[in-house]
Amino acid sequence: MSAVMITRKVRKWEKLPGKNTFCCDGRVMMARQKGVFYLTLFLIVGTCSLFFAFECPYLAVHLSPTIPVFAVLLFLFVIAMLLRTSFSDPGVLPRALPEEASFIEMEIEAANGNVPAGQRPPPRIRNVQINNQIVKLKYCYTCKIFRPPRASHCSICDNCVDRFDHHCPWVGNCVGKRNYRYFYLFTMSLSLLTIYIFTFDIVHVVMRSVDNGFLNTLKETPGSVLEVLVCFFTLWSVVGLTGFHTYLISLNQTTNEDIKGSWSGKNRVQNPYSHKNILKNCCEVLCGPAYPSVLDRRGLMQEDSSASATSAAPPGSSMSSSNSMSSSTAPPTMKTTAPLIPNEHTPEDVKPSLGASEQKSPSPKEQRPPTPKLPPLASPETDAEASITKDKTH
Amino acid sequence: MATEFHNLQELRHSASLANKVFIQRDYSEGTTCKFQTKFPSELESRIERTLFEDTVKTLNNYYAEAEKIGGQSYLEGCLACATAYLIFLCMETRYEKVLKKIGKYIQEQNEKIYAPRGLLITDPIERGMRVIEISIYEDRGSSGSSSGSSSVSGSTAR
Repeated sequence: MSAVMITRKVRKWEKLPGKNTFCCDGRVMMARQKGVFYLTLFLIVGTCSLFFAFECPYLAVHLSPTIPVFAVLLFLFVIAMLLRTSFSDPGVLPRALPEEASFIEMEIEAANGNVPAGQRPPPRIRNVQINNQIVKLKYCYTCKIFRPPRASHCSICDNCVDRFDHHCPWVGNCVGKRNYRYFYLFTMSLSLLTIYIFTFDIVHVVMRSVDNGFLNTLKETPGSVLEVLVCFFTLWSVVGLTGFHTYLISLNQTTNEDIKGSWSGKNRVQNPYSHKNILKNCCEVLCGPAYPSVLDRRGLMQEDSSASATSAAPPGSSMSSSNSMSSSTAPPTMKTTAPLIPNEHTPEDVKPSLGASEQKSPSPKEQRPPTPKLPPLASPETDAEASITKDKTH
Repeated sequence: MATEFHNLQELRHSASLANKVFIQRDYSEGTTCKFQTKFPSELESRIERTLFEDTVKTLNNYYAEAEKIGGQSYLEGCLACATAYLIFLCMETRYEKVLKKIGKYIQEQNEKIYAPRGLLITDPIERGMRVIEISIYEDRGSSGSSSGSSSVSGSTAR
């Protein structure tokens, strides 16, 4: 009767919106632009190779064999931390499915009451009280959710990231809740490695010069000059960065909050997340639990839900059949379809029926009518300013 | 008659999805994972308030246990750091262990309490830990919405 269709098993990462690239069948998740990351890798590996080739044999013999051994361990740690930061999910929040989005719309509509025609509806903000401090949660037009506290939308990756710190081009990924400690350990160990190589380069050149003369030393080990140059310039930026992040960690702040001046003290606002104790803050950030990824990248897409395989692929694990059933029977019988209410912040072409558009379009910007292509971030003012500040960071 | 389902299979075959309720996060204590225990009005005729609150409170306790910062989390963190986090390739983190417990708990709650009342809880991790999604089902055979509170008392006898 019907032709046999051989359907390839599709994993959820293939259908995730946003501008990430995935490798190794969804195990690796990075930003789209990876050029600077390759540069970082090249600089680290290149400089260390030169160190192992030129300095280590001499130092092992004339000083101590532990010097190269420690250098190798430090180098491996740096690479492990770099790869861990670059390849892991920073804490991306999946976009709201149509039902959740329309539920939120209805709540907003109810909260705003009747807005007379011609008047602007109020901006979409939800106030929550955290530790006796009022925090405003902003609505994300791209992800259709009210962002949790400390989350922010990264315009480069087009995702909302939990505890968003910044987007780092050097690691080719966002830095957020899940990979902040790896990022910090990366900068710290890289500082140590840079100082270590710089120091022993100088020691080596001095020791050799005493025997052979300075110019002969440079001729014998030309790599040293290159290493010293790279280390010298790297030192300032990386050590400075480590110091800055140590300061942020001790105050339990993110780079994003620091740049925006969220807790700068004006209007008597204080950081509600800080424990007011440096040690406690450090422990929470560095020794806190290892948060799991809520994007089920390697889960399989439901085969029977090709019609309802909408938008942000529901990050469902195979934990219970009941859950998978609920996600696949969802859309067709939904009663509540509140239309998107345009207000001053709504981007121009995202006007009509949110709930009706359930077809998955091939482009990452789903649920938009095929009118002029919208830039990845909608117009809300804080997103625009945040994207500018993010681009400036590092 | 009112919606009465004896198991999840029956729910799947004879019910159609009527509505969904989303229980939002409670941020009053910070960014730790906690859900509001406020009883939504849509569920008033479907389930007792105490059962619902018990479920949400138990879930909150599980999440608090997973995110607790204390001796065990320090030990796990330091050990992992010493091995350059390679240990996570073979070992399951404490959070993941608790998530599995949560998955089992939700399945058990669905089977015992929610499915007989025509409701279904979706594990929050499938919604990005933002909401607890409760799906409300209507019996396909019945016309219109379910009739009031008689279903609640009738369906628990097992």
